[in-house]
Amino acid sequence: MTTKRSPEPFVWLLFSSGGMVTALLVPVLLFLFGVAFPLGLLPAPDHAYLASVVSHPITLLVLFGLCVLALFHWAHRFRYTLYDGLQLKKYSVPITIFCYGGAVVGSIIAAIVLLRAL
Amino acid sequence: MPETITMEVWRYRPEHESEPTWDAYDVPLRKEWAVLDGLNHIKDQLDGTLSYRWSCRMGICGSCGMTVNGEPKLSCSTFLTDYAPGPVRVEPMRNFPVIRDLVVEMGDFMAKLPAVKPWLVSDDEPDEDTEYLQTPVEMDDYKRYSMCINCMLCYSACPVYALDPDFIGPAAIALAQRYNLDSRDAGAEDRRDVLASAEGVWACTFVGECSVVCPKDVDPAGAIQRYKLTAASKAVKDLLLPRGAR
Amino acid sequence: MSTGNAVGGEPPLYRPPVSLTWWLRNPSYLLFVLRELSCVFIAWFVVYLLMLVYAVSSGRAAYQEFLDLSANPLVVILNVIALAFVVLHAVTWFGLAPKAMVLRLGALRVPPTVILAAHYGAWLVVSAIVAWVILR
Ligand code: SF4
Ligand code: FES
Repeated sequence: MTTKRSPEPFVWLLFSSGGMVTALLVPVLLFLFGVAFPLGLLPAPDHAYLASVVSHPITLLVLFGLCVLALFHWAHRFRYTLYDGLQLKKYSVPITIFCYGGAVVGSIIAAIVLLRAL
Repeated sequence: MPETITMEVWRYRPEHESEPTWDAYDVPLRKEWAVLDGLNHIKDQLDGTLSYRWSCRMGICGSCGMTVNGEPKLSCSTFLTDYAPGPVRVEPMRNFPVIRDLVVEMGDFMAKLPAVKPWLVSDDEPDEDTEYLQTPVEMDDYKRYSMCINCMLCYSACPVYALDPDFIGPAAIALAQRYNLDSRDAGAEDRRDVLASAEGVWACTFVGECSVVCPKDVDPAGAIQRYKLTAASKAVKDLLLPRGAR
Repeated sequence: MSTGNAVGGEPPLYRPPVSLTWWLRNPSYLLFVLRELSCVFIAWFVVYLLMLVYAVSSGRAAYQEFLDLSANPLVVILNVIALAFVVLHAVTWFGLAPKAMVLRLGALRVPPTVILAAHYGAWLVVSAIVAWVILR
């Protein structure tokens, strides 16, 4: 059993940092943009202001980090959910490709969308 | 308080039946009686064919683990009155093959245990008169993990072990950490191949039930999480640092 | 050594089957599966966030379209459910953090409750900063 070169620790580190970053940032963002503004609990920011916030390099950097880590967090957890919850471990190769591959593709899309906002 | 309580006991007698059945017995409901006392009453007075394991009756030997009303319990430390008016359902520990009635086969754990080298590994032959001094703070690091009585309740609570029997499992990893975190031990690198493998800590998804059911508060789930952090930082170091500097 | 299979005329062992719905057997297993499913809603959030950024950077009209879409009852329902899962993720994540982390100040081990409180404090501060930047 030579497992020291297994990629598992690295995907776990991505999963963990993603778990921490999403726990800190996603609830407030989703509450504001998904619930509070649409339901009129709070007034939505006007376009000019939001555009200035979104085009700021620091915002873009934070959002890029958030997207990448959140996607790898999803990939890792979803992979194990399919293994355990649905007992699909026998299909681990396609599941692994789908999950981490999806995270890579999603990160590229995120980079394109965010760069466009610069 | 009623005088008796019904115990529904899971039976499997391979020479008679290929599928398990249930037998119900009425036993006296006494304040000081544990589930194990009920089983002893059944065996002595009602049905001598019932098989189960026990020894110390005080939560130390770890041999009386069972599933009581769906939960992994030491039957000597689980009181009948807590289940009044009943019935109390007693099944063998989950996730293990059953030999007969409430007796399970633990060979799998016995085979895994030596793989994590649960003993003090030292680099050099110790000198006969050497005392290995340890401060209370150093002892605190691992003391909790040394309380394990190998009762296997954590394995019977673990869905990952149920789904993937190759998983080394909670108690074995907690025991490995008991030695890894001991200031007198030098075996961490030896244990790493097994612990940091896909069947080691990485199989665990932190359901956390092992720590909930552990009668000795060993916290195997915490031990596993801590080792994930250790293994991950070791892997990063392996990647970044040249061999000599590790 | 036998690790389970009957050898040499030993009576057969009974192997209880693992059901596909093992996670319904016990409330804490159910909570575990819900916690793990939160990742699906985190993935949805990334999609939603990128839609927002795309709309904002496309101009005023596109942003208004995004606001209209986000007020669609189906989207609101989806987001309310997603918010519940994301909060479940945050609470369980912070709850488990003290188990994985062992911090030491000199010889003293930082008590788990302090680590837990620090996480909640960080959550509060980060949320306040984000809200302040957006709502200012
Ligand atoms: S860790 Fe706890 S539950 Fe597991 S075998 Fe040891 S004492 Fe029993
Ligand atoms: S009989 Fe020894 S622990 Fe229960």
